[in-house]
Amino acid sequence: MPSPADTPRDSNSASRANGAELVRFDKVTKRFGDVTVLDQLDFSVDTGKHVTLIGPSGSGKTTILRLLMTLLTPDEGTIKVDGDYLNHEERNGTLAKAGEKHVREVRKKIGMVFQQFNLFPNMKVLRNVTEAPVHVLGMSKDEADQRARELIELVGLSEQLDKYPSQLSGGQQQRVAIARALAMRPQVLLLDEVTSALDPELVAGVLDVLRDIAHTTDITMLVVTHEMSFARDISDAVLMFDRGKIVESGPPDKMFSEPEHERTREFLSTVL
Amino acid sequence: MTWDWNVVDDFMPRFWDGVLLTLQALVLGSLIAFSLGLVWAIAQRSRFAAVRWPVNIITEFIRNTPLLVQLFFLYYVVPEWGPSLTSLTTGIIGLGLHYSTYTAEVYRAGIGGVPTGQWEAATALSLPRSRTWAAVILPQAIRRVVPALGNYVIAMLKDSPLIAIIGALEMFGEAESFSNETFTFEAYTIVGIAFILIAYPASLLIRLLERRLAITS
Repeated sequence: MPSPADTPRDSNSASRANGAELVRFDKVTKRFGDVTVLDQLDFSVDTGKHVTLIGPSGSGKTTILRLLMTLLTPDEGTIKVDGDYLNHEERNGTLAKAGEKHVREVRKKIGMVFQQFNLFPNMKVLRNVTEAPVHVLGMSKDEADQRARELIELVGLSEQLDKYPSQLSGGQQQRVAIARALAMRPQVLLLDEVTSALDPELVAGVLDVLRDIAHTTDITMLVVTHEMSFARDISDAVLMFDRGKIVESGPPDKMFSEPEHERTREFLSTVL
Repeated sequence: MTWDWNVVDDFMPRFWDGVLLTLQALVLGSLIAFSLGLVWAIAQRSRFAAVRWPVNIITEFIRNTPLLVQLFFLYYVVPEWGPSLTSLTTGIIGLGLHYSTYTAEVYRAGIGGVPTGQWEAATALSLPRSRTWAAVILPQAIRRVVPALGNYVIAMLKDSPLIAIIGALEMFGEAESFSNETFTFEAYTIVGIAFILIAYPASLLIRLLERRLAITS
């Protein structure tokens, strides 16, 4: 296995102190029509931490990831990534809606793996992983190729470089998607129920890859999952969501063994 | 009336001129329809209402007025304040413009059929919008719509005699003028057969393409 030379902090450690706040939500509200999915939410994630969001469906976990990825915009409140506003820009001392260029710059620090993989079906595996480094980071074709091969090896798919996504199993596709996200050297990796669409026998392979990344790199992770043992393995903190609010949070051992809140106990009894 | 092969012989030189013109109009008209239709379809998904609205109005207007009227307009009205073009050029532009509003709908369906997840993945990777279109969305969208585009080429072939009315003598135009001069009818029959000989293999080809694309996707 190659050394995890891709972790953002290796290249960037001077600019950020370990433990500094990397993501901050400040009174973020998101509504869909009449439904308030997130209600004045405050929370933050420190650099290098792995935070898992749990809670019943519809409690707003995925919405948080999608807000961070700018697939949604908040109705109220602000989100900061690595000290910069994600959806806003400071102009003449006031906060205004950010221009596309600003959003793009801040967003580059974030990578996401989706439930449905969302690989580009018209591109082979290798090109799926090199496309963004070449066209977004401006990496040379050779360098992007080289790095993509390393990442694809990291997820155990070196034999599949020249295949199209449709020729791979769901688990293999998801591992390519992980490599594709890492190729952008994000500081934060968002994992949105990444094993939910997989056949049961393929789940372990994907989780092993993610465990490996979680344990051997310093990348910050925000994880939405129903795989509680995985969450316990990799998390520094677990946040329990219900109706758009955090009802309880703490280290995984405490959250899973002796939750304080009634809603957490109820929820865990349904999934454990 | 009896069939006279001598008439057919006499018509042949003009028939081939007509075929050449028909094919020219078809190929160039299709190129315009394919490319302009794509422009319309992409513009209709613009973030800016100032782009979407005019394009919607223009395409609806063109799609809902007869091709014949458009050809007359292009040939007789436009030169009053714009460039004066040959009847063939006008015919090609007219066919291409008219059919671009139909191919736009085809592309639109194809683009709409690309899963939202593809746009989201492109956003998550920060791909620029132009790159998202060129490398992710269009390759998937166009693949789905090739057969439908082909059907419009055949429809355009069948509409191509209209350009004879503004003086671009494609095969039907040649047949008409020949028949009027010689008081014969054979030329019409030849041209009718010629249309079938072009259109039927073309539609077979499209069906084949459809099946191939369905298998490999």
